[in-house]
Amino acid sequence: MSAVSVQAIVGAAPSPIEAPDVDYATISPLLIILGAAVLGVLVEAFVPRAYRFVTQIAVAVVGVVAAFVATVVVGAGLDTVDGEVTGRGGPTAMGSLSVDGPAVVTWAMLLFFGLLGVLLFAERRLDGGLSAFTSQASTPPGSADERHATRLRIEHSEVFPLAMFALGGMMFFASANDLLGMFVALEVLSLPLYLMCGLARRRRLLSQEAAMKYFLLGAFSSAFFLYGIAMVYGYAGSFGLAEISTAVSSQIGGQNLLLAGMALILVGLLFKVAAVPFHAWTPDVYQGAPTPVTAFMAAGTKAAAFVAMLRIFFVAFGGARWDWAPAVWAIAIITMLFGAIASIAQTDVKRMLAYSSIAHAGFLLVGMAGLTSGDGVTSVSAVLFYLVAYGAAAIGAFAVVTLVRDAGGETTHLGRWAGLGKESPVLAVAFTIFLLSFAGIPLTGGFISKWSVFAAAWDGGAWPLVVVGVVASALALFFYIRVVVLLFFAPPQGDGPTVAVPSPLTWSVVAITVAVTIVLGVLPGPLLDLVQQAGAFVR
Amino acid sequence: MTSMSSIVLAASEHADVVPVAADGVFSWMWLLVAIPAVSAAILLIGDGAGDHGPLDRFGHLLGTAAAIASFVVGVVGFVALLGQDVAERAVTQDLWTWMQVGGFDVTMSVYYDQLSALFVLLITGVGSLIHVYSIGYMAHDPRKRRFFGFLNLFIAAMLVLVLAGDYLVLFLGWEGVGLASYLLIGFWQEKRSAAVAAKKAFIVNRVGDLGLALGIMLMFAQFGTTNIHEVGLNVTNASQSVATALGLLLLLGACGKSAQVPLQSWLLDAMEGPTPVSALIHAATMVTAGVYLVVRSAAIYDLSEVARTAVVIVGCVTLLFGAWIGCAKDDIKKALAGSTMSQIGYMMLAAGLGPAGYAFAIFHLITHGFFKANMFLGAGSVMHGMNDDVDMRHYGALRKLMPLTFITFAMGYLAIIGFPGFSGFFSKDRIIESAFATNFWAGLAALLGAGVTAFYMTRVMILTFFGERRWREDVHPHESPKIMTVPLIVLAALSVVGGALTFSDWIEDWLTPVTGSEHHELGVPAWVITLIIVAVVAVGASLAYVLFARRDVPDTAPQQVSVFTRAGRADLYGDAVNEAVFMRPGQYLTRSLVYVDGTGIDGAVTGTAELVGDGARGLRRLQTGFVRTYAAEIFGGALVLVLALLAVNLA
Amino acid sequence: MTEYTPVLVLAAISGAFAVFSVLIAPLTGPKRYNRAKVDSYECGIEPTPQAAGGGRVPVKYFITAMLFIVFDVEIIFLYPFAVEFDLLGWFGIVEMLLFIATVFVAYVYVWRRGGLEWD
Repeated sequence: MSAVSVQAIVGAAPSPIEAPDVDYATISPLLIILGAAVLGVLVEAFVPRAYRFVTQIAVAVVGVVAAFVATVVVGAGLDTVDGEVTGRGGPTAMGSLSVDGPAVVTWAMLLFFGLLGVLLFAERRLDGGLSAFTSQASTPPGSADERHATRLRIEHSEVFPLAMFALGGMMFFASANDLLGMFVALEVLSLPLYLMCGLARRRRLLSQEAAMKYFLLGAFSSAFFLYGIAMVYGYAGSFGLAEISTAVSSQIGGQNLLLAGMALILVGLLFKVAAVPFHAWTPDVYQGAPTPVTAFMAAGTKAAAFVAMLRIFFVAFGGARWDWAPAVWAIAIITMLFGAIASIAQTDVKRMLAYSSIAHAGFLLVGMAGLTSGDGVTSVSAVLFYLVAYGAAAIGAFAVVTLVRDAGGETTHLGRWAGLGKESPVLAVAFTIFLLSFAGIPLTGGFISKWSVFAAAWDGGAWPLVVVGVVASALALFFYIRVVVLLFFAPPQGDGPTVAVPSPLTWSVVAITVAVTIVLGVLPGPLLDLVQQAGAFVR
Repeated sequence: MTSMSSIVLAASEHADVVPVAADGVFSWMWLLVAIPAVSAAILLIGDGAGDHGPLDRFGHLLGTAAAIASFVVGVVGFVALLGQDVAERAVTQDLWTWMQVGGFDVTMSVYYDQLSALFVLLITGVGSLIHVYSIGYMAHDPRKRRFFGFLNLFIAAMLVLVLAGDYLVLFLGWEGVGLASYLLIGFWQEKRSAAVAAKKAFIVNRVGDLGLALGIMLMFAQFGTTNIHEVGLNVTNASQSVATALGLLLLLGACGKSAQVPLQSWLLDAMEGPTPVSALIHAATMVTAGVYLVVRSAAIYDLSEVARTAVVIVGCVTLLFGAWIGCAKDDIKKALAGSTMSQIGYMMLAAGLGPAGYAFAIFHLITHGFFKANMFLGAGSVMHGMNDDVDMRHYGALRKLMPLTFITFAMGYLAIIGFPGFSGFFSKDRIIESAFATNFWAGLAALLGAGVTAFYMTRVMILTFFGERRWREDVHPHESPKIMTVPLIVLAALSVVGGALTFSDWIEDWLTPVTGSEHHELGVPAWVITLIIVAVVAVGASLAYVLFARRDVPDTAPQQVSVFTRAGRADLYGDAVNEAVFMRPGQYLTRSLVYVDGTGIDGAVTGTAELVGDGARGLRRLQTGFVRTYAAEIFGGALVLVLALLAVNLA
Repeated sequence: MTEYTPVLVLAAISGAFAVFSVLIAPLTGPKRYNRAKVDSYECGIEPTPQAAGGGRVPVKYFITAMLFIVFDVEIIFLYPFAVEFDLLGWFGIVEMLLFIATVFVAYVYVWRRGGLEWD
């Protein structure tokens, strides 16, 4: 190892610290969301219980909408950068954040998911005027205290600030320009989610188990991520993605340290996106968590983690592409096939959606095999489009799950869903549209997104991945169609499913996601243009 | 006759076609799709709660009206197209841009030319007749509204398929017809066999769809476009191997949809669907989509002799394969299904001959659409009168009791065996002639197929309408109502006169701008071939007469039969092959994965009960629910990943 | 690798010290067992038998410990700021005030929700 990098570690020559220069306007969406989260904590502390829930909703919605507006303003003002690749925007806040085209698009996407999530959290008409979250998480399940808390109509309105923190973490994750920042973002997004997973009102033990599993495994994988960061730092002498990139392309030696570091960082990220073999938590957690949280998590975490993964591997490790690409190929193949085949065997709707989420992680990894720049479909644009289409359909599907109920709360056994088409045609049609989008049937967002990741991969020379991808989607389609047939044509079990009448909140989520899914399938042009113009990552 | 003419194709003429923008009548062609699509949406989604709402009472009329309206639009368009200059007969109308990425864009457009015009007439015309027939056939079915909704959905999807100007849009229709077919085969899903058949059709078709999907990806990767016209222009500059790969991938797609060997096995099972469905989808229209695909992609096949040869081989094998199965089946619908496979084999064979055969493939496709729909509907009429019994050994002597059904069926019969003057005579004759002109062995296969066709169709005819009555006791055969016989009469008339399309080479000339044309000289005058064909057909028919009309027909199928019959009854072991090659490994894989995920499974609903049971009983290996197992998996995965990356570096 | 020698030496020494202290205690120390000695944790919480109300342990101790850590971490950030106070100028002051305010928000939350009441 050269003397230069050691000096950086030891810090032999202390240099005077200069006051950093932060462009607050550029990172305002992030600040607004985190501000809304902090405000939410204060609301929790001072607003009387009777008004708390409503106030929290207002703070969260206003925060998300304001941040969205700010994102649009920031996005419109990004400068175009012409280098080796065309991009927009660039690093800010002393290089710790990169507010570039993909980052801004991801912000907007995450805020959209966040808004839908908040609407689902706010639903209180399904369970006798109570939200989907437990009255008091500290009471033991089934205890007298719990019943007492329920009777008093105590509610955990903390979920809103927690969601805002998670959202802030996701946005930070997608735009962080150094590994340390990424780690902080990872934790900021994960910790609130661990907590929220354990807050279900019904089937609390399952929910707490899910939270515990998610936390332990999440912490475990974070450790891998951190270890990887340490190794890469050891290799490059810097946390900054730009500096790492320079070190990688100049081949400064210590290749093994770099490779091990890349592998470990990859492990941490693959855990978050639920790729095989780091997926095992997904079915259990998706099943146990309160469904609105599952919806938010499925869409948001995947989007943030994927964009972060693309950023690290394209920007920092772009020069070592042929070292990591084979591993990503292999994992993409395993993940697609595993997710598609395993979902065939599922009988629980939430577990099935979890396996579908695993399969989609595989398809997204296919997109990662594409080109980083060019005139056609690039990896970044394909993945961004895919994330929007998948996220919208996933949130919509989970929103439908919240509505199909029996006496014990949501009924997620597929057999109980038989005959939903008769009970509530609108809901069944909506769910069908989401499933068809997952399956990648033409005229849904899922088709265009599958098509674009495959096109990107094929352009990048990864045709074997495309072949496997097409096979896997064929397999998956078989299963989805079977569920559709079950919904419409199977005789209902007993009285059939009951569809709770929700408030306009959940209806609007279902309506919006259906609309997005169809519009992205029929008229994908505007969004394709947007992700296309977002350009490449700027370091 | 033995001329093995080497095929040197002239520069494809069809590449010169320049589509003109639609105006006047042609700017309304989107209505063709829109009308049945809207009707399907109304029938399937609208007014879901009531079981006896107005839609349930009049829905079938709406569905039928939609099909007829679409037919009217088709006729108007066709007449208008006749009035156009030859150079302006390819009309295109851009509806909207579906996707645009960089230089690549897919436009939702209606591409209406000579080829699609003929298909539109066939689909909406035969479709309308079958809608009318279904009003009678499905009169007592409580879910007939849904049935008509599915039929409309099918018509819409099929029209999208043939009106597509872009392979991706074609793929949309392709998936749509597959979906409609799946839903309609399984329409009586309470019958387990129907549900299984639907599943099988779906899975086998997916294999074919893979080919089409990959073919489209390859076009995109090579040419940066998936527009059919532009692909045709670009492929001429591409390498031979690209054209071959494209041709073979598209052929795989065509095999799946058109039930060609090796993806044939689903069609026989698909007969579990209601008979009008068998007539419309599994005889007249959808199963011919593969032929359409090959002809539409003429520009690709013109450039690759390998791909064309593959098409010819598939066609020849299937035409004999299907005929063989047709000989052995006692189920009237399955015998007809074997015959469908066989006839589509003829079309494939013709399509594989290149510009010399494309027009004849389409010609036979149209006449086949008439007579096969006619015969299927006739079979449905017979079943209607026989309490839905499909075993021909339980029929016999029905000609007196069902005179209209008998006469119309006989017209179809004469057409399919190629009785001189009937439509099938002209269309099959053309194919066999061109086959001989190109390759002796292909011609011989086609000739042999004609003889076998005459044999098994005569058998069907004799077992059903002639001989002794062998009915079950509670069966009282009767003629079907007018609403069912009128479509039969129309189709029978078309089966008789359909051959007129080839008078003064009209259909060849009409299609030349699309497919190009070419004529191979035979070593002998054409009438010699014709005579030979007629002679072979006569031999086949007489043989059947001797074997079935002169002897008693046993009530149950005899078990002491030749190995050939046994093989035919077992669909030539197609299922056994599928099972060994695809199903077993697939089941094994799912089962082991179920084994992997032991949580939350009780296997009650989704039809994998027995399969899941095994897995759930086993140890829960990987998806245990224990964090320690998951952590170990993550650790193991991480270890492998690190070592793999390091190994890459060391290597 | 020479740059890493001190690190390795330090690692070896600390490892040796850990092994040494674990081994030396049972060898040299007196062995007088009592109930508290054989508890799993010696920090005041009885893991067995199960506590009343569903086998839960009181969390008050942990809350206090976590609050301590929060302020501990705050101090860690305040130290370097104090050292470089004049270089950072107004920017440093504003950022630091924001930081303290944010930590304070969490503190207020704990206070309002009764986290500071021992019983």
